[in-house]
Amino acid sequence: MQAYIARRLLALLPTLFFASLIVFMSMRLIPGDVIDLMLAQNDVATSQDRARIEAALGLDQPLLTQYLDWVGGVLQGDLGRSLWQNTPVTEQLAATLPITFELGFLALLIALSVALPIGIYSAMRQDTTGDYVVRSFSLLMLAIPSFWLGTLVMVFPSVWWRWSPPLAYVPFFEDPVANLSHMLVPAILLGLSMSAVTMRMTRTMMLEVLRQDYIRTARAKGLSENLMIARHALRNGLIPVVTLIGLQVPLLIGGAVILEQIFVVPGMGLLLLEAVFQRDYPVISGIFLVVGVGVLLINLLIDLSYGFLDPKVRHQ
Amino acid sequence: MSWSLFKRMWREKRLGAIGGLIFLLFLLCGIFADFLAPYGMNEPDLTVRLQAPSSEYFFGTDHLGRDVFSRVLIGAQLSMVVGFLAAGLATVVSIVVGVLSGYFGGRIDMFIQRFVDAWMTFPDLLLLIVVISILGPGMPQIIIVLGFLYGIAGSRIVRGSVVSVRETMYTHAAQSMGASTLRILFKHILPNVMPVVIVLFTTRVGATILAEAGLSFLGLGVPPPSPTWGSMLSGTGRTYMYLGPWLALAPGLCLTIVVYAINVYGDALRDLIDPRMRGVR
Repeated sequence: MQAYIARRLLALLPTLFFASLIVFMSMRLIPGDVIDLMLAQNDVATSQDRARIEAALGLDQPLLTQYLDWVGGVLQGDLGRSLWQNTPVTEQLAATLPITFELGFLALLIALSVALPIGIYSAMRQDTTGDYVVRSFSLLMLAIPSFWLGTLVMVFPSVWWRWSPPLAYVPFFEDPVANLSHMLVPAILLGLSMSAVTMRMTRTMMLEVLRQDYIRTARAKGLSENLMIARHALRNGLIPVVTLIGLQVPLLIGGAVILEQIFVVPGMGLLLLEAVFQRDYPVISGIFLVVGVGVLLINLLIDLSYGFLDPKVRHQ
Repeated sequence: MSWSLFKRMWREKRLGAIGGLIFLLFLLCGIFADFLAPYGMNEPDLTVRLQAPSSEYFFGTDHLGRDVFSRVLIGAQLSMVVGFLAAGLATVVSIVVGVLSGYFGGRIDMFIQRFVDAWMTFPDLLLLIVVISILGPGMPQIIIVLGFLYGIAGSRIVRGSVVSVRETMYTHAAQSMGASTLRILFKHILPNVMPVVIVLFTTRVGATILAEAGLSFLGLGVPPPSPTWGSMLSGTGRTYMYLGPWLALAPGLCLTIVVYAINVYGDALRDLIDPRMRGVR
């Protein structure tokens, strides 16, 4: 197992290097006139701010020096400072990341509690009307954009019943009920859009497992259908689904950006959008980097858990 | 797509064929939008603000008295242009990167694949937002960014297919006869990865249309006054939806139908022309 962990960690290094390069180069793409634009957008900025912004973005140094400085800073936990608020980017991230994490976690719970039972049901009743309805529904969920669903949820209950989802954010530890009643609607929408893919995957994997010899043996020795599913089919069928959840983390974050905007959740997505409209590049690249590394680490954890779940993987 | 293939799809995959027809309908609406639209897309008429759908205004009017039906038609045109050009660019990028990586292998492959790994760790929407925040919103930027975004991600599928063709007997035979690399690539490799490429293109059309709508919704898409479906659901229009709920319906519904149609069509096409790709998205 240790050798396996070491191998996975080593394999991560080149990917991390390229990811850092992508974030760094995206900052280098900023054309010079953008700084003029930033200054023009902001009334308080004076001409001497130009030098400050260029220095803050590090545009006055040679490329290699810039990269090394930047990586050195990142390794020491320094992501730079916001150009307008002048607060450290890490501080802003620390304030907003847990909120997005909560939203993502709730959405994941909802997605799994919808997708797993329905996916299993769909596989056990293959090619029946129920299976057909489930499959069409999941294809439809793949096509409905979450921002439209969010808009509908905002508009129609308000027009019909004079009710609209709460939009005031309350920290969880201050008032858990108020917090959850605010987060629940975006979490359900995000969870539903995620559940479509998970549902399809669960169904495919269960179908594959149900055709195996050991399932036939389990049936032949008179095991009840429920016990057979729980003991034999699920354990083997769900391993690829675990990987899929890892692959969906980027989707979850993308969806969170849009839903945070609609439901005014002050998470990382909203911070990113504000930073984009203010052209606050250190904040943008900070979020960019944290998300990239976060996704890599989550996938690493999932790879490792794969090693625990399936002994065959360890010995490859 | 040939007529005989469509007839086969109609027999074996009815839903996919219907999806294809619905998509074709939207495509035609987009192409002829300028003739079909009863009013101009930016023709304000303050005497008919926020009218409910009627025989005169099929989808109602918005807060400036503009005809929503005409705007949705022009929106279809914009979506189709973005979808086809971005998916086309993505396909070209996928082919170039996939062939380079898959055919030449070795260090180049290693290098490219680690880059693709890194690229794919970033959420699509995040990459889009970051790049658009630097380049500024605009139709050409969006097409280029979407093309590269989905092109690099899709290159892995092309690569897999190139690797399997590279190891076939006929490729080895061509190599041992001394055929030039370009000849092998164009005569042997490319024709045999075409089914994969066609399916990839189809699914990318839906994905890019959806991504553009998401960007427009966030205010980072094709800038106003162009009426894209995403932007019709956001911005100032949002505040008026409580007075005219029909404003929230048409653009989102069109978007959902188009993406659903192209998805089921793409699925059916994949099952018919390349069964090996089952389960690939």
